[in-house]
Amino acid sequence: MGALAAETAAPLPAAANDAALAGRSLLRFITCGSVDDGKSTLLGRLLYEAGAIPDDVIASLEADSARIGRADRGIDYSLLLDGLQSEREQGITIDVAYRYFATQRRAFIVADTPGHEQYTRNMATGASTADLAIILIDAGKGVLPQTRRHALIAAFVGVRHLVVAINKIDLVGCDELRIRSLEAAFRTAIAGLAFDSITVIPLSARDGDNVASLSARTPWYDGPTLLGWLEVVGADTVSPTRGLVMPVQWVNRPDATFRGFSGTIAAGTVAPGDAVEILPSRRSARVTRIVTFDGDLPRAGAGTAVSLVLDREIDVSRGDVIVAPGKAEGSPLVRTSIEAKMLVTGQAALVPGATYLLRLGTASANATVETVVHGIDIATYAQRDRASVATNELAVLRLRLDRPLAVAPYATLPALGGFILVDKVTHETAAMGTVIAETTDSSRPRLHVVGRSLEQAMVRTYGGDWRRTLVPATTWRLGSALLLGVVVGVLTGHPGYAAAAAAADALARPLLRHLHRSLWGRWSRRRDPSVENGGGI
Amino acid sequence: MTSPSHLDRLEAEAIGIIRETLATCERPVLLYSIGKDSSVLLHLARKAVHPGRLPFPLLHVDTLWEFQEMGRFRDDLSHKLGLDLIVHVNREGVAAGVNPIESGSRIHTDVMKTVALKQALDAGRYDAAFGGARRDEEKSRAKERVFSVRTRDHRWDPKSQRPEPWQLFNTLKKPGESFRVFPLSNWTELDVWAYIEREQIPVVPLYFAAERPVLWRDGTWIMRDDERMPLLPGEVVQHRMVRFRTLGCYPLTGAVESTATTVPEIIAEMRASRSSERQGRLIDFDSAGSMELKKQEGYF
Repeated sequence: MGALAAETAAPLPAAANDAALAGRSLLRFITCGSVDDGKSTLLGRLLYEAGAIPDDVIASLEADSARIGRADRGIDYSLLLDGLQSEREQGITIDVAYRYFATQRRAFIVADTPGHEQYTRNMATGASTADLAIILIDAGKGVLPQTRRHALIAAFVGVRHLVVAINKIDLVGCDELRIRSLEAAFRTAIAGLAFDSITVIPLSARDGDNVASLSARTPWYDGPTLLGWLEVVGADTVSPTRGLVMPVQWVNRPDATFRGFSGTIAAGTVAPGDAVEILPSRRSARVTRIVTFDGDLPRAGAGTAVSLVLDREIDVSRGDVIVAPGKAEGSPLVRTSIEAKMLVTGQAALVPGATYLLRLGTASANATVETVVHGIDIATYAQRDRASVATNELAVLRLRLDRPLAVAPYATLPALGGFILVDKVTHETAAMGTVIAETTDSSRPRLHVVGRSLEQAMVRTYGGDWRRTLVPATTWRLGSALLLGVVVGVLTGHPGYAAAAAAADALARPLLRHLHRSLWGRWSRRRDPSVENGGGI
Repeated sequence: MTSPSHLDRLEAEAIGIIRETLATCERPVLLYSIGKDSSVLLHLARKAVHPGRLPFPLLHVDTLWEFQEMGRFRDDLSHKLGLDLIVHVNREGVAAGVNPIESGSRIHTDVMKTVALKQALDAGRYDAAFGGARRDEEKSRAKERVFSVRTRDHRWDPKSQRPEPWQLFNTLKKPGESFRVFPLSNWTELDVWAYIEREQIPVVPLYFAAERPVLWRDGTWIMRDDERMPLLPGEVVQHRMVRFRTLGCYPLTGAVESTATTVPEIIAEMRASRSSERQGRLIDFDSAGSMELKKQEGYF
């Protein structure tokens, strides 16, 4: 049983020693699934198996199970999770609920997220800080459109590990072949999305099979149990060595004698004496002290909340970013234009021309939607032409900022790549987004640059919706070439001449047309605004 | 560099939330209930602003029915740290004779806590109130945001909460609106105790087991802290080794039998324990979903 379970599956170490609580690592994960596929039940079961449910809570759970009328099914673990009255009554999850439990090895923060499309934004919120996502598949129903949507959203916010929990395995008689075919269907459905690991676990949340102990009903399964995998999956992988990045959150100036720049280090390390640069101003300074309540530190690394004191009086305020000097690989860039993948979280659609307040790291700026580059169909992953982007829709957009900000592609540095847009009138959080890498970046694969130029040429020639225009254009071109071939064939009686004439017609006409256009274009083409801007992201 | 531990990460997250509030709100206040979570919150706030002093006051809503030891602890700590402490009592409630014995827990909590809190927040025109609530305490709190918007009337609308992806907070508000800010959102009861031990944070002695005068009522041990609480027929005051997991108004707060007299003993007891923290809080059990209703009305 190789494919099922992780490609990266590690053997479960024997009994864990009773490590001190403080030394335990932390795994943040989310559970996502569709209505009735047992998501809350699975999470309730996990908490129960980890011993995280106190006796008095089980007592009140029994009372609630009886009151809501599901007593025939025994204890309804889902009632542990759905916190709001309306959720409990309707039996659905609307909002993200956070739960906490710990085993001997690890502390866990779980975001139980809603499955329904209407609450996609809530799922994305829960997923944004998660290391791992559990996607449930009901063995009786198979891979649903929602399954693809959940995987896409998890990939959008950068979740690295995926666990596919094939639930209710008793519905297919715990049959290996049927479960393997579900796995294959899933892998096909999410092809193209990147995760560090994908682990498939057949289980029953209600009965507990393969949740905390391996089930006798699936002797063919040789992967880890769900809880066993959550305890060992590599969430705390060491981030690559890189220069300091610290967004300034607050200027700590209690009196005239002290001026510290407070913030949490997002990447790299800092020590007194280090030279630093302030973005976006690019002024230089040296760090003299790293101040904390517990005394000055000789060195501080990512994830530490500190106050840095600099050796000179320079203008630094909230929203600036203190970085290691130089433009090393992966260091933040200063930009007034960004391209980002965005999910609309507000009630109103995002439309070109609209201006929002952007919050990225600790910085704020006004951001105007320039263009919707393309929409992304959240069920099929297909690119779609969009004039605007509605609630719960995903799209790639280009934003123009009213002042330069230090930003980074989300994949490189989430702290300077994730952002929200806030509606300036209603104060609603209109969208959440991730900065995507600059398409003009020379480090990108050459093939991509070629693809991009081709795309741009197509857009220039056939307009923004060239894909839709291209099909009739191509069939017309081929049709007319074929007709010409037939005519030449009939006139000359020679198939070779016929084929040559058809091929020449099919190739030469578009080439001549393109040449003609580009000659005219030299006269009239407007400069690309992003070039003037010094290159967008 | 070793990667930060679980507690280091929680600490940095809380400090970040406190600083975010200082940077984006004009008149913050720290709701100080004297309990262990408030003690941790106060400690984190001092860390966040170090080397400065706290640039905001502490607010204690006094129901006049809390354990006497709590008041003494509050006054000692405030004196020692030189805190700017505001103690607010709903005098109209007192004048109306509201108390937990005759009015019942629901009315007493509403008038002396929820209404009193709103009075104090309005009086101070605070636009952000730090609270020590944790998501692991109770079901509706599990749905709470870190920056939770309150209307002009301090109401919470659980159905239209702002998403908080990547811990990016939307801190925009209209005139009159305010935030309840919860830096300990992601902490558990065990984390709080482990942190109290690591940082040697002083807490009210009621958390530690001692022989106390208690009586058995409503399925829990209630401590008779003063003569205001009459005994019901058949009730006898006994002396037992008990401690409290949460602190509030003494007639409404149940104790557990315990021998834990130090923080490590409490942690050891908790890890073996099979009952939840708020089990001793009678006000949570007025009716199903009662915490959600109280929160909507402005309770913490």
